Amino acid sequence: MFKHKSTLPGFRISLGYTIFYLGLIVLIPLSMLFIKTSSMGLKEIWMVVSHPRTLAAYRLSFTASFIAGLVNVVFGFLIAWVLSRYSFPGKKLIDAMVDFPFALPTAVTGIALTSLYSQNGWVGQYLYQFGIQSAYNPLGITIALIFIGLPFVVRTVEPVLQELDPELEDAAASLGADRWQIFIKIFFPNLIPALITGFTLAFARAIGEYGSVIFIAGNIPGKTEIAPLLIMTKLEQFDYTGATAIAVVMLLISFALLALTNFLQWVSSKRIGMG
Amino acid sequence: MSIEVKAIDKTFGTFKALDQVSLKVATGELVALLGPSGSGKTTLLRIIAGLETADCGEIFFHGDDARGKMTKDRNVGFVFQHYALFRHMTVFENIAFGLRVKPKALRPSEKQIKEKVHELLKLVQLEWVASRFPSQLSGGQRQRIALARALAIEPKILLLDEPFGSLDAQVRKELRQWLRRFHDHLHITTLFVTHDQEEALEVADKIVVMNKGKIEQVGSPEDVYHNPASVFVLNFLGNVNIFHARSSAEHKSGEKPAKMYVRPHQLIVSRSPLSENSVKVVLTFVNLAGSIVKIDAQSQKGEIFQVEMSQEEYRALKLTKSDEVFLTPKNIAFSEYEI
Ligand SMILES: Nc1ncnc2c1ncn2[C@@H]1O[C@H](COP(=O)(O)OP(=O)(O)OP(=O)(O)O)[C@@H](O)[C@H]1O
Ligand SMILES: [Mg+2]
Repeated sequence: MFKHKSTLPGFRISLGYTIFYLGLIVLIPLSMLFIKTSSMGLKEIWMVVSHPRTLAAYRLSFTASFIAGLVNVVFGFLIAWVLSRYSFPGKKLIDAMVDFPFALPTAVTGIALTSLYSQNGWVGQYLYQFGIQSAYNPLGITIALIFIGLPFVVRTVEPVLQELDPELEDAAASLGADRWQIFIKIFFPNLIPALITGFTLAFARAIGEYGSVIFIAGNIPGKTEIAPLLIMTKLEQFDYTGATAIAVVMLLISFALLALTNFLQWVSSKRIGMG
Repeated sequence: MSIEVKAIDKTFGTFKALDQVSLKVATGELVALLGPSGSGKTTLLRIIAGLETADCGEIFFHGDDARGKMTKDRNVGFVFQHYALFRHMTVFENIAFGLRVKPKALRPSEKQIKEKVHELLKLVQLEWVASRFPSQLSGGQRQRIALARALAIEPKILLLDEPFGSLDAQVRKELRQWLRRFHDHLHITTLFVTHDQEEALEVADKIVVMNKGKIEQVGSPEDVYHNPASVFVLNFLGNVNIFHARSSAEHKSGEKPAKMYVRPHQLIVSRSPLSENSVKVVLTFVNLAGSIVKIDAQSQKGEIFQVEMSQEEYRALKLTKSDEVFLTPKNIAFSEYEI
């Protein structure tokens, strides 16, 4: 039924392998979460999840990740634009730098950012003069999340930009469009699916990010404590069920958000005739 | 509006894509730009449209210097080699694009846009595809939508880059005739690129033959076909056979023809030699399919000849494959001399 004539042999084997592998790597650990949580009563779960400290952690994690995702969409797009449209000396270097946040161990990132943004750090001291405290503050957390999410947007948007036929731009110009109109009416609609994907990836990564955030966050319960850290704290207190309860709710929210972005993605790519 | 291009040079890095190209296209003319791949046809078109700037040289539209004008202000309709339709817009929106991006003061109302788009769709005979996306159209349909889109801004000049390049022979033929009728109807000054000589000869008022960034010849279709200015033009506009002169007679003072170029239908086939230029050949291949008979022949020296004749002539001569016959040039299309 699902079988298309394919040049690669072994549809059954590859499907079987895919399911087995995904099951082993993804589904079993995920189901462990639910099994663990189900050993608690609903009431207990609710108690853990609706605790002000937990709610504050969720709120912080999701808003900081969301803002970081949006910032990355804007600036990641600009970088992708520059990298795909222009050639200049040092381009290779910038290109490599984009992947840095991928490659750097997250703890290193965390320490570097903290020393940079703390009150007497290179950047932090100037911000402090304007009364802006960046480290040990939601702002610092957002900065760390922006850092680690950047490559996702750049690397999803860049290939789409490169693939976009330059003749489309020429065609629009010959029809009388100015640069701004070309951008808004031609480039932007074609890039929306890639931008949504980039945002989703950056956002998802940010929600789960732990290592680079804990140093710069300060981890004050109810204020600068992110959800992954709260889970860690619970684990350290041997409150395994509490930890998994928080995790399951996070998982459900993330899943809902991913479903939403996937839907938007589907709608927008259908509109540009790729769906 | 007339186009005049004067002494244009264009280099890409160290590669000279256009070399002192000058060209005049009169108002309302349909001119074909003919040349092999890489000869600079697209580059010339892009320079006229302002999508590329020439290193030096001048461009005039109706006598006015166009160099200072940006593409968007040139009012030139451009149809691209690969259509370049906006894939995220419907056919309707594609055609309406040029109207919607006009400055506010000049922008037609929504109702006028609708009327104009439907008028154009009618012109290209595709009224029923308005709400489709470009990906849902066939190649020939896309081509015509691209043309309709270019016409929406009522251009005074139309530039078509291999408008039928990627279509199959049948559709090409249809669209080619359609373009001719269409041009006779609208009379927009049109410059169209092709590397198909048949297409150029059939459609254009005037043919410009390009080779390696230079213009080889400009003339009417008859002119370039019957009086080619160079061996290149001769070769490009159809098959040709080469005869090495055996005559020792001097033609002009001190010159004797070294090579004679003869079209396949300008050869006499006979059982015995007719002149000192006759060549003895063996028929290696005979193709009887079609209105004319096409024959390949080979001389003792290994030269290949192509001969064309009517079916009647073929039957009258009672030829078959492997026959030994003589070929004699009837009409020499071009001669090269040795000093
Ligand atoms: N942007 C560019 N950079 C470098 N070289 C280029 C560029 N555009 C064109 N050229 C070169 O200039 C020459 C002429 O190109 P052009 O596209 O005008 O050829 P054409 O006659 O349109 O060929 P075709 O029939 O294949 O479309 C080619 O050798 C091409 O490689
Ligand atoms: Mg070309």
